[in-house]
Amino acid sequence: MKILIIEDEADLRETIKESLLKEKYIVETAADFTSAFEKISIYDYDCILLDIMLPNGNGLDLLEELKKNGKSENVIIISAKNSLDDKVKGLALGADDYLTKPFHLAELNARINAVLRRKNFKGKDCIEVENVVLDIQERTLTIDNINIHLNKKEFDILNYFLSNKNRLITKTALAEYVWGDHIDQADNFDFIYYQIKNLRKKLEESNAQIIIEMIYGIGYKLTEK
Amino acid sequence: MKLLNRSLIYLSAVFFIIIGVWSVIFYFNLKDEIRDSIDDGLDNNRLLILIKVHSDSTLLGQNEFGGNNFQIHPVSKEKALAYRDVFKDTMMYRLNENDLEPVRLLNSAFEHNDQYYRITVISSLVEEDDLIEDSFWSVVSLFIILVVSVVIVNNFVLRKVWNPFYDILNQLKTYRLDKNEKSIEINSNIKEFIQLQEAANTLINRSKEAFLSQKEFTENASHELQTPIAIIIGKLELLLESKDLKDEDANTIANVINIADRLKRLNNSLLLLAKIENKQFLEEETISLNETAKNLLSNYDELLAFKQIEIELDETKDLKVKMNPALADILLSNLIKNAIFHNKKYGNIRITFTSEEFIVCNTGNPLSLNPDTIFNRFEKDQTKKDSTGLGLSISNAICNSYNLKINYGFAEHQHCFKINFNNILAQV
Repeated sequence: MKILIIEDEADLRETIKESLLKEKYIVETAADFTSAFEKISIYDYDCILLDIMLPNGNGLDLLEELKKNGKSENVIIISAKNSLDDKVKGLALGADDYLTKPFHLAELNARINAVLRRKNFKGKDCIEVENVVLDIQERTLTIDNINIHLNKKEFDILNYFLSNKNRLITKTALAEYVWGDHIDQADNFDFIYYQIKNLRKKLEESNAQIIIEMIYGIGYKLTEK
Repeated sequence: MKLLNRSLIYLSAVFFIIIGVWSVIFYFNLKDEIRDSIDDGLDNNRLLILIKVHSDSTLLGQNEFGGNNFQIHPVSKEKALAYRDVFKDTMMYRLNENDLEPVRLLNSAFEHNDQYYRITVISSLVEEDDLIEDSFWSVVSLFIILVVSVVIVNNFVLRKVWNPFYDILNQLKTYRLDKNEKSIEINSNIKEFIQLQEAANTLINRSKEAFLSQKEFTENASHELQTPIAIIIGKLELLLESKDLKDEDANTIANVINIADRLKRLNNSLLLLAKIENKQFLEEETISLNETAKNLLSNYDELLAFKQIEIELDETKDLKVKMNPALADILLSNLIKNAIFHNKKYGNIRITFTSEEFIVCNTGNPLSLNPDTIFNRFEKDQTKKDSTGLGLSISNAICNSYNLKINYGFAEHQHCFKINFNNILAQV
C-alpha cells in the first residue's frame, strides 16, 4: 500500500510518516504544491493525505487535478481549518474524508484503513483479523462464522481497535472517538472501561483469536493471540 | 409611521391653517364687496326715483313699501336739511320666508316743489348666516378635495418618485456579507438617490472587508494553533509506543497527551464561539427540534443505560424552528450532554417541547448553580477538571445570535434549562 503525505509542516509530516511506517505502508511525502503536483501526476497512490494550506498553492487545486484524472476518491483532507466551506468543497471534489487537525494518530489510521478497504474490497467493507470478521456496512461481528451481538458503542470501539491493530490507543483518543466532535466532557472513562470489559468478555467467550490488552493508566492495545 | 403618511400629516396641517385664514379674509372681503355693490344699487335707485317723481307725482304718496322697494314720507324742512344719507342694515318681515330677513336700506331726503320728503330705499341683503354656512361647507369640501388629491399624488406620483429609495432599502435588507453578492444598484438619475446608493455601497464594502478579515483571522488563528497541537499529540503518541519506556514515564506522557487534548478542545470551543459571534453560520433551514433531540439522544443510549439514567420525553408539540442546522445541533447537544454528564446514577432527565419552548431538566448535584454566572466563559464545576467550561457559553452565544431567551432554574431538586424559540418559530 502506497501512501502520499502532502503536508508543509515538517514535524507533523515526519510524525505521520513514522506512524504509517509502523503500519507497513510505503510512504512518500511532499512539502509543497509543486512537488506534490509532480508526484500525483507521475505516480498512483492508494491513499493521499492532503493539507489544504500549502506553500505556493491551494490543496483544493491539487484535488481538482486529481479529480480530472479520476483519482480523487482516495484522498483524505487534513486541515487545520474546521471550515464548512472547505469541507463541502473538498467532499464535492470527490475527497473521501475530511480530518481536522489536531487528530490522534489512531484516528488517522482508522480513516486511512477505511479508505483502503473501500478501494480494495469494492462493495464489501469488512475487516478480517484471524477468525474475527467485522462487517462495517452491516454493523455485524462474526467470530468463526457465528454472529455476536454488540451494542453501538462496543461495535465502534472494536472497529477502532481493529483499524489500529498492534498499536497503542490512549484513553483520551478512544474517548474522543466514542464521543465525537466538540465533546466537552470526555472525562467519562468509567463508561468506556465498562464497554471494553464487556467487549473483552464477548471476544473471550467466542474464542476470538484477538485480545484487547489493557495498559494500565495509559490505554489499550489489540493484538492477535 | 411611513414617510408618505408623515408628509400627508404635515401637508394637511398646513392646508388647514392656510385655508382657515384665507377663508376668514375672503369672507370679509366678499361681504364688503357685496355691501358696496348693493349700496351703489340703492343710490342709483334713489336717483331714478327722484327723476321719476318729476313726471309722476303719485309716487310721492307711496307711504308704504308694499310691492315696491321704496317709501316716501313728507317731513319738515329743518328735519330734511338735517338729514344725511345713511346706509344701514336692518331686519324686515318677508312674506315668502315668513320671517324677519336682513335688508340694506338707504335713508335720504329731497325737496320737490318746495316740499320736503324723506325717502327710504331698500334692497334685500344676502343672508349672512347662509353665506357663512355656504362658504364654510365650500371651504371644508375644498380642504377635503386637497387632502384627497395629496393622498392620490402621494400614492401614485410620490411613490414613483421614491421608488429608487425603496429599492435600495429592500436590497440592503436582504444583503448578506457572506454571500459575495454584487453591490447595490438602482435605476434612477436623481442625485440624492445616487448618493445614497454610493454611500450604501461604501458601507457594504467596508463591512465586507471587516467581515472577511475577521473570518480570516479566526481561521488563521485556528491553523496556527492546531498544527502545533497536532504535532505535540502525534509525537507523544509515537513516544508512548517506544519499547524502552519506564512505566512512570509512560504515565506522564499519557497525562500530557490528555492535557494537549484539553488544549485542543479549548481551542476548538473558543473558535466555535468566535464563529458564532461573528455570525458565520448563516444558512437557515426549518428544523424539527424534536427530531434533533431524539437523534442526539440515540448517541447516548449505552451511556444512559450504564448510568441508569431515565429519559422522559414530553413531545406533545412538534417544535419547528428556522435556524442553522449545525447550531441547532450544538445548542441542543450541549444542553443534553450537560444533563447527562452532570447527572447522578439512577437519576433522570426530562425533556419537554411546548409550542415554543425547549426545556431540559435533570437531577444532579443538590445545590443550585448561580443563574447569573452559569453562562459565563470558563465557569465550570471545579470537580470536573477536564471540562473546558465553555459548553454553556456556546449555548448562550447561539441563543444570543438568534435573540432567544435561555434560562436556568433550580426547583424540586432539578436543574432546568429553558429556551424560548418564539421569534424563530417556523411558519406552519
